[in-house]
Amino acid sequence: MIIGLDVGGTHADVVLLGSNGPVRALKVPTDPSNLFDTVLTGLEKITEGFEPERISRIVLSTTLTTNAIIQKKFSRAGMIVASGPGIDPEFFRTNSQYYPVSGSIDHRGREIDPIDPTEIEGIVTKLKKQEVRYVGVVCKFSVRNPKHELRINKILEDAFEKVFLGHQISGNLNFPRRIATTFFNASVYPIHKKFFEAVKKSLEKKGLTVPIHILKADGGTMSFESSIDFPGQTILSGPAASVMGSIAFAPENEETLVLDIGGTTTDMAILIHQVPLLNPSGIQLGNFKTLIRSLETHSIGLGGDSAVRLENGKLKVGPDRLGHAMAFGGPVPTPTDALCALGIMEIGDREKSIKGIDPIARKLGTSIEDAATRIFDLTCKKILREARKMINRINSKPVYTVHELLEGYQVKPERILVLGGPAPYFAKHLEKVSDYKVSVVPGWETANAMGTALARTTCEVTLFADTEQGIATAPEENYSERINKSFSKEDAVRKAYALLEKKALEKGADPDDLELEVLEEMQFNMVRGFYTAGRNIRIRAQVKPGLIHGFLPVAEWFPSD
Amino acid sequence: MLRAKNKTGLVFFPAFDWAISPTHPEREERLLYTQDQVFEEGLFDIEGILELKPDLIEIKDVQRVHFCVPDARSVMTESHFISAGGAKTIGRAVLEKEIERGFALVRPPGHHAMRVVHGARGFCNVNIEAIMIEYLRQAFDINRVAIVDTDCHHGDGTQDIYWHDPDTLFISIHQDGRTLYPGSGFTTELGGPTATGTTLNIPLPPKTSEEGFLYTIKNVVLPVLDEFKPDIIVNSAGQDNHFSDPITNMNFSAQGYAELTTLLKADIAVLEGGYSIEGALPYVNVGIILAMAGIDYGKVREPAYDPEGMRQRRDVTEWIKKTGEICLSNWRQRERISAHARGTNKFHERNRNIFYDTDNIVETQHETIHVCPDCSGVLKIDSSSDRGYRILGVTIPRKACKYCKEIGYKWYDSADETVFDIVLLQDRTEDKFLERKPK
Repeated sequence: MIIGLDVGGTHADVVLLGSNGPVRALKVPTDPSNLFDTVLTGLEKITEGFEPERISRIVLSTTLTTNAIIQKKFSRAGMIVASGPGIDPEFFRTNSQYYPVSGSIDHRGREIDPIDPTEIEGIVTKLKKQEVRYVGVVCKFSVRNPKHELRINKILEDAFEKVFLGHQISGNLNFPRRIATTFFNASVYPIHKKFFEAVKKSLEKKGLTVPIHILKADGGTMSFESSIDFPGQTILSGPAASVMGSIAFAPENEETLVLDIGGTTTDMAILIHQVPLLNPSGIQLGNFKTLIRSLETHSIGLGGDSAVRLENGKLKVGPDRLGHAMAFGGPVPTPTDALCALGIMEIGDREKSIKGIDPIARKLGTSIEDAATRIFDLTCKKILREARKMINRINSKPVYTVHELLEGYQVKPERILVLGGPAPYFAKHLEKVSDYKVSVVPGWETANAMGTALARTTCEVTLFADTEQGIATAPEENYSERINKSFSKEDAVRKAYALLEKKALEKGADPDDLELEVLEEMQFNMVRGFYTAGRNIRIRAQVKPGLIHGFLPVAEWFPSD
Repeated sequence: MLRAKNKTGLVFFPAFDWAISPTHPEREERLLYTQDQVFEEGLFDIEGILELKPDLIEIKDVQRVHFCVPDARSVMTESHFISAGGAKTIGRAVLEKEIERGFALVRPPGHHAMRVVHGARGFCNVNIEAIMIEYLRQAFDINRVAIVDTDCHHGDGTQDIYWHDPDTLFISIHQDGRTLYPGSGFTTELGGPTATGTTLNIPLPPKTSEEGFLYTIKNVVLPVLDEFKPDIIVNSAGQDNHFSDPITNMNFSAQGYAELTTLLKADIAVLEGGYSIEGALPYVNVGIILAMAGIDYGKVREPAYDPEGMRQRRDVTEWIKKTGEICLSNWRQRERISAHARGTNKFHERNRNIFYDTDNIVETQHETIHVCPDCSGVLKIDSSSDRGYRILGVTIPRKACKYCKEIGYKWYDSADETVFDIVLLQDRTEDKFLERKPK
């Protein structure tokens, strides 16, 4: 049996899955000041009465690192940054322990200026004086040639507890994002490590010595051990949990819009033939843009508990949440109260909801029923409008070839899957006011925990080959090899797959879940003078996000009615 | 946080699957390293820099500007529809105030494409700036446009299209035509009889450095722009003045290009040439984008940059000053020169041979313009090529008087069917395009 636990803002969802379906599902309240207790309570309750030996895997999705970053409650990290020519690296300053240094690598990975070891040694002294224990090192174009980051690391490694190198976090080009991401990793490292070591220890005490996996924002997992080097990758995994929980119910050959309607927010994502769409550049957290792989999601401040009010005679829903719905003792009317007042939702105190909506109805000069209908209708339409915005944004992403521009793929989902607390109440009306076919994810209340439990290990590899320079390299994988002139795109894909497989297994993947695919393959003839001097090849390959094998198809757990 | 002072739009379309031929300078690889640099610098993440997806232009947009032989589709590839579309997207975004300025970093280029198009010359098939400008004039309330062509080659295509248009100021700064393709663009080329002075050519000697370029911008281009008072300024932003460019002989730099961009304050920039794809383009483009956005570009330096080694020789400096004086003097005396150019004849004619180096075509033109006292005059071009086509193209300009319009239709209707393969009419007063294929 396996466990999935997804910590949300108000409660954590936990499920225990056997090969034939869910054995137990429950919720425990989230204590934001003590996530450790929340997680442990969840795990204790879900395993109550089962022998520890029967549990074979635990997957956790937490808000630990996300909160740490948002609340800036992280350790002091040092940053050493070599930019070479371009935008002044001062613009990307992360904190006061940020040191731009000399050294420059160009776009093809050639060294232009060397680094200066004495300069680095001087910084080591300063950082030691500031009692810095974790350091990030980022050089421009280090994903083409990590030489400088590695050299700086050599000087640092004995002086600090842990050093994070920019080229190891992603193969993508983007120096400012590489800086931000490396800084995240270095900053949240001690919190992350302490937290999961404590979880592991507590579980071991109870006899649960099973592999712990952690959910990432891209809908995949990684083992706790491999997360130590990339703790930043655990941020914002919440939306991914819901998406993974709905995959099994999406039609195989269609595009689907997934809506997770919560109390405060609604998260949206797109599934194409049951595979979630990835964000091509990386996740953004607050003002920080990162290289952390993530699903393409859109989050809006609109949910069942959003505050409803009149502004200049116009009805407004959200984006704030001031507490529960009035039906459950909250301070202001909400869409949930509209559902209660209309009798669509049969739980909660209907009288309180009616009382809350009454002043709005009066001001609008209409009946309570009509006001409630309008509130609910507005909520649904706003969600749909935002969904349209997201789809337009995806479809208006620039492409760089004539072929893609003329025949490029356009996302046009015709179906919506809804999950989250008020899902069933919304589904019908969403269908009524749109052209979508709308259905509810079975087990909608804990589908996110199921998604967490079943998510497979994912990762990505970027390989770069330059036959003029005679080199193939994937710095992220610590791979670099001499190649000859005949090295082809096919060779490059083969090599990338081999590296990807190795990486996935190291990150905790089951060999039977390795569904590999090429995300990007480009080959350019490099012409110097009038002759072809070589080929410039770029490959990006990934393990597709998806569900692990060995479980009865999830769709069959919930016989349709 | 890094924020653009001017909201700047970018269309980046490197056409990674299009080339004139595999080893041609205009090939797939051209903007590859620029892309790498732009991505690595994170330019598209900067608050206030917007990446826009290019629209495709329509045939009508081409017909508004060109007489294509035998037709637009035959002389264009899909990539041209997109690169001209990219310029159009930027132009529209500027005029709709979605952005303050914009840069169409697109390929293939267009500034060697003239009004009549039999094929490709100087790597260009259709004039992407002219297509954009005429679209903007049609769709928005703009009239006066200034084009400053800073490509190292004379923008002879753009010059040809606007030769008779007094509302379009065309200034080309380029390497002296005696030393470089296309061999034109001398200070004596000042525009047709009804638009004398709104074409200005500033040929610079080989080995001109930052000093010479910036001198010319400050002392010649800016004063002329100030007087002309354009509604919009378009920069044909070729990047082949760079010291490392393989097919030219200038000494310009990334810093210089950025500075030029800051001085010029163009509303719209469109990429033209530039074939030093590794040593120049990545840095020049980053410099131009930062300068447009109003972000500090002081640290944008190409690896081989050596300002001392590229210091301008004194005789080069003197030459540039002299050329600038000639240009300014022509500009100041444009009314007198214009009166002389108009002469006393009702019609003005000229014969030309035009060579299409890229497609190896020779075209012969006989051009007739009505030297009209009330408008810029109706124009007809009798053009034949060694590929066997002979066409007649008639252009009734945007602000044509009634009389010129009548002449235009008369020319079109009475064209001898046995002589011409195609007869074409651009009626810009009604944004109409007519064609007859008699044979």
